[in-house]
Amino acid sequence: MNGLRRFAGFIVGNAIVLFARFLTAVRGIWLGIEPVPHKRVYYSNQTSNADFVLIWTALPPRMRRQTRPVAAADYWFKSKLRAFIITDVFNAVPIDRRADVHEDDPMAKMTAALDEGSSLIIFPEGRRNEGPDALLPFKTGLFHLAEARPDVDLVPVWLENLNSVMPRGEVIPIPLICTVTFGAPVHLEQAEDKAAFLQRASDALLALKPGQEDDA
Amino acid sequence: MNDLYPLLGGVIGILVVMSLIVGILREWKFSDGSNDIVETLNGYVVVWWGMVVVFWLASLLGKTGVILLFFALSFAALREFLTLTTKNRADHYALLLAFVFMLPFQYYLLWIDWYGLYSIFIPVYAFLILPVVSVMRGATKNFLIRVAETQWALMIAVFCASHVPALLLLDITGFEGRNVLLIVYLVAVVQINDLMHYLFAKLVGRRKVMPQIEASKTWEGVAGGFVCATLIGTSLWWITPFAPWQAFVVSLVLCMCGLGGHMVMTAIKRDRGVKDWGHLVPGHGGFVDRLDSVVFAAPIFFHIVRYFWA
Repeated sequence: MNGLRRFAGFIVGNAIVLFARFLTAVRGIWLGIEPVPHKRVYYSNQTSNADFVLIWTALPPRMRRQTRPVAAADYWFKSKLRAFIITDVFNAVPIDRRADVHEDDPMAKMTAALDEGSSLIIFPEGRRNEGPDALLPFKTGLFHLAEARPDVDLVPVWLENLNSVMPRGEVIPIPLICTVTFGAPVHLEQAEDKAAFLQRASDALLALKPGQEDDA
Repeated sequence: MNDLYPLLGGVIGILVVMSLIVGILREWKFSDGSNDIVETLNGYVVVWWGMVVVFWLASLLGKTGVILLFFALSFAALREFLTLTTKNRADHYALLLAFVFMLPFQYYLLWIDWYGLYSIFIPVYAFLILPVVSVMRGATKNFLIRVAETQWALMIAVFCASHVPALLLLDITGFEGRNVLLIVYLVAVVQINDLMHYLFAKLVGRRKVMPQIEASKTWEGVAGGFVCATLIGTSLWWITPFAPWQAFVVSLVLCMCGLGGHMVMTAIKRDRGVKDWGHLVPGHGGFVDRLDSVVFAAPIFFHIVRYFWA
């Protein structure tokens, strides 16, 4: 039964990747970092619930299996189908955002996943960005991860155009080309405080937004 | 279909020679990829091989195969084009309708050969319906820009592009069963014009045509492209219903349309601050980049052939 679920998860995962490619012709752009299997935390701008699917699709297949999105348990465990997708297809690390109900520490779950050899995908803005700012102020989770596991690469990942494919409140996506830009990793520097680190991480992510450098 | 195979053989022969030359140059002379001309030639060769193989496979399935092929190309082109147009959340249903109704219905009309409707469906019905869908959501900011750009995307990526397979539907006395050669002729003349323009501009180009749009456009390139493409277009008269002098005139018109189309599409890219529409072949742009000149020439070519020969 377990094997069957895992097989179904594999098939559904590939179907989702194919569908994402059909819709977005997604292309990974690696700037200052290589697509090699190394323990990493990919942190990205949040535009929709499908964000991690696009990052996952842009990764080389062998890296996908080791890369686990950190997903909101309160959203993903609402139905059996969602639960199947998030656990059996994406092997996510579920985190409950409602502080009063979590049974165990979210940070402990994430560091445990890293210690097992997985990479993570997180969205430090904490919720969907509705504009007009390109990025919302980061939550502190990224800083705590950087502090707890200083050897892990924190990789900024800019998702471009996905919010036009599926704006908030829409259920049917439209086909438009998206890009996923991976940037040079960020590490916590000695004696760097929380606010300075989060600002630096946020700037590193924003610098990957297309059209930032060649406005001439 | 009798002369399709010698022609296919000839095209493959030319591509093999080009591939060998480019391959040798890339292997021994410019192995670091530093020579622009060799890299661009390589881009053309790769795309032309793809065109020949895909088009040949599609034409094995006859009319339906070719229509399906251009349906897929239009989808890819529309996806590229709408990525760069002005739009907001209020346009979601209009854009969705463009993809799930306007695009397939145009190709369906082609398939059932309803000329009276496929020649006006997008310029009239899409033009009137899509703004109404957009206005329902009540967002007025940039409204005219949004609906105009969406319509432009449909005109280029669907309406104009669909006139390439529409060539199969023309009834030309004495040319029955050979219409696929009209597509070969159109694409060959326009693509040769593009390539020769590039080579002449690179090798002997000095006087710029319109540097604000594209620095590489020169009068020497225009002349070289036109001369080579009309020479080849004229000498290919035997695969068309045209007499040699008619083939000369038609290929000259195709060259002008192709050049105009290329300039217009380049101006749009400059305005949007992008180098390419998409990434079909890494470093050589997307579907719209490769087919901009063909798409502009297609409806004109279709109407010339329809008016004078069909």
